[in-house]
Amino acid sequence: MKQLLLSIEEIKETHIGQVGGKALSLARLYQAAFNVPTMICVTTRCYDIFLDLTGLRERILIELNRKDFSDMRWEEIWDASLRIRNMFHHTDFPHGLTSDLKSVLESRFSDNPVVVRSSAPGEDSLRTSFAGLHDSFVNISGPDAILDHIKLVWASLWSDSALLYRQELKLSIEKSAMAVVVQEIVDGDSSGVVFSKSPTDPVSGVVEAVYGLNQGLVDGAVSPDRWILDRSTRKIRSHRHEPRQYYMVPARSGVFLEKLPDNLAGQPPLSDKDVQTVFDLALKSENFFANPQDVEWTKKANRFYVLQSRPISTIKNPDQPDERQWYLSLHRSFENLKSLRNKIENDLIPEMVETAQKLSLVNLAVLSNQDLAHEIENRAVINQKWVDIYWAEFIPYAHGIRLFGQVYNDTVKPQNPYEFIDLLSQTGMASTERNRQMEYLASMLRKKPALAEKLKNLEPLSESNGEEKAFIAEMNRFVESYGDLSCPVTGSRECTQGADALIRLVLEMASHPPVIAEHKNINALQNLFLGSFTGKQKKEALELLELARSSYRLRDDDNIYLGRIEAQLIMAVNEAKQRLKLSEVYPKDQNSIIKLQNSVKMHDRTEPSVKSRHAHTSAKNVRARQLLGQPASNGISRGHARVIYEHAQLAEFRHGEILVCDAVDPNMTFVVPLAAGVVERRGGMLIHGAIIAREYGLACVTGVPDATTLIRTGDYLTVDGFLGIVTIGKE
Amino acid sequence: MEVYFATPKTTRKFRNLIQDNRVSMLIDNRSNEISDFHRAMAVTVLGKANTVQGDNNNKIMDIYLIKHPYLTDFVNSASCAMVVIHVDKYVLVRRFQEVFELQIKK
Repeated sequence: MKQLLLSIEEIKETHIGQVGGKALSLARLYQAAFNVPTMICVTTRCYDIFLDLTGLRERILIELNRKDFSDMRWEEIWDASLRIRNMFHHTDFPHGLTSDLKSVLESRFSDNPVVVRSSAPGEDSLRTSFAGLHDSFVNISGPDAILDHIKLVWASLWSDSALLYRQELKLSIEKSAMAVVVQEIVDGDSSGVVFSKSPTDPVSGVVEAVYGLNQGLVDGAVSPDRWILDRSTRKIRSHRHEPRQYYMVPARSGVFLEKLPDNLAGQPPLSDKDVQTVFDLALKSENFFANPQDVEWTKKANRFYVLQSRPISTIKNPDQPDERQWYLSLHRSFENLKSLRNKIENDLIPEMVETAQKLSLVNLAVLSNQDLAHEIENRAVINQKWVDIYWAEFIPYAHGIRLFGQVYNDTVKPQNPYEFIDLLSQTGMASTERNRQMEYLASMLRKKPALAEKLKNLEPLSESNGEEKAFIAEMNRFVESYGDLSCPVTGSRECTQGADALIRLVLEMASHPPVIAEHKNINALQNLFLGSFTGKQKKEALELLELARSSYRLRDDDNIYLGRIEAQLIMAVNEAKQRLKLSEVYPKDQNSIIKLQNSVKMHDRTEPSVKSRHAHTSAKNVRARQLLGQPASNGISRGHARVIYEHAQLAEFRHGEILVCDAVDPNMTFVVPLAAGVVERRGGMLIHGAIIAREYGLACVTGVPDATTLIRTGDYLTVDGFLGIVTIGKE
Repeated sequence: MEVYFATPKTTRKFRNLIQDNRVSMLIDNRSNEISDFHRAMAVTVLGKANTVQGDNNNKIMDIYLIKHPYLTDFVNSASCAMVVIHVDKYVLVRRFQEVFELQIKK
């Protein structure tokens, strides 16, 4: 019978399928008298029993089969992973399993700190490398804490990056399993990695070293000293010293970046003789496994330990880029995000606001045709520059929300894996502010029915009437800040600008009671989260919360800032189009007209912005009755669907309808206060539609495949925001 | 669109569908394992059932036996009837909670 646990002494070659490559290579090294800290392996058998006895296996598979994996955007996969991780948090070990595991862990490690790391079969072979994709946890003490972290390592089999990487390598997601290595920690004076053969230069080897634990090096938090050695002579060829101020040390639970004592800051973590010893260790391992090896080592009190040895997977195909890098880039470190925040808040946003402001001061009407053509070119370049910055800087910044979500869930272990979003919302977004101002306009009309009546009958307002003048002034102020809502400022389309859309929507709002974004009391949640930390860690937790709030705010606001710049391009193009129309009647300077024509042709993007892709089922006699998406905002709501294909249709929106669209952007969300619910084709918990629906407490389901083709305007919908189900049926 | 099946004429099923020919039939691919929840699909067929008569009966029986040759004694028995369902609608349930309808044009 397969065993739940196998010790370093017991593991044999034939166990590879249940212990994984990492555990097997450690056991083989240990049995060949390499200096390896003691360990045991929790086999895949234990993982399978846990999944089957608790029912977790099918829960996970139901979660991942809500739609075709290939139809899932990365954000949806991330969401699914977050929910799965929470399932592991909240699923206890079955009683029999706990006592078996605890007694072995107790006798082997007692309360000594250990490392809990992944060892999935198939991971780290010559063909594949999962390095960094599955989780490891350093400095965990006591059987209970070890068991908790074993569950987290198991959960990391289902992380977004691990799922995508497995999919890319065509490894079965359903049949994957995870073994876990529990290994005694060696609190090293210095640590690092060594490549017996450099991945980029086959005649050399590489040694990298930092002070303290090598967690700092692996995470990229501490830059290592680096030595290049000649493989044949084993001599050092070069050494790059990296002055550093920090080193990673074991903390109360986990690790902590500590200030390096001054006398060590300028010194390399290894002497030349040590470097030689480390390199010899790698060559010895290469010799033993008959393959070039990448070895993690640590040094304590002049003894060297091997923590891990694995084949260098990139050597076989040096021309092929390692896709794993891309999957790893899906997660960003706290440090990286902090510097991104600084750049975005202090440089990029102010520059964006200033750019739009400057452009708006140019009086387009007085420009010559030639100058106008030039202005269009100029604005197109500026717009493109900001679109590029949006993708390179603003989009990755959203990882701040995700990092916080993970830390919050690991700390508080809430039942609802999205509880953390309550802590991030209600920090004032540009779109909710815009909606508040619309509500103010509506409240003016509610108080003055005569004024509303006039607007309804399309009668002109008079500047001489005090109330009407005040309303016009408020309208103008609104249009100055947010546009007149008739045109989408992002993803420009041909449309007629004018206040009709705004007036129509404000009248619709005025004929119903006011809707205001919900205010939840978040103090209790915030205290719960921050109260779990003390000292330096508390300061870091607060900093992370602030970062996540800024990241959350920016996710909506960046589109609005970007929209203002694009609006300036559209204005210039519209001015040119106006002139071209006139020139048909009064042709004047032929040359400058041609220039204008060319500019308009280049930069007038008339393709629809709210595109709907082809439905899988286009047959007319197929009707959807019940569609599945992701539950993105709790609640149940019913109403008639209003399917939005293009921006102009938003003006038709009626109170109590369900907004159905391909992808909501913040420049469309002004109809949300009128809506009873939101259904979106694009998936994710953190997309704009979901964010704004939560602000107003509306039921929302996202990630519904083909939503805009399967649902028709007028269909009666029930939106179940708890389970992520949209039912199409009779009233 | 039609669905055919064979049944003994002596059954309660046969008597019921002679009395009221509005029928539904469930076809699914379950394996009676837990994985059915994420993997199995079920189709409900809704329509009107009639016994197949005359020449048509032989034609349908031939096709039926190509698919199920081991049922030759059963369908050739004097007490067995070939029944056709004229389908109005198929209702497909999959992914645990997703429901689609295919309406058959008349």
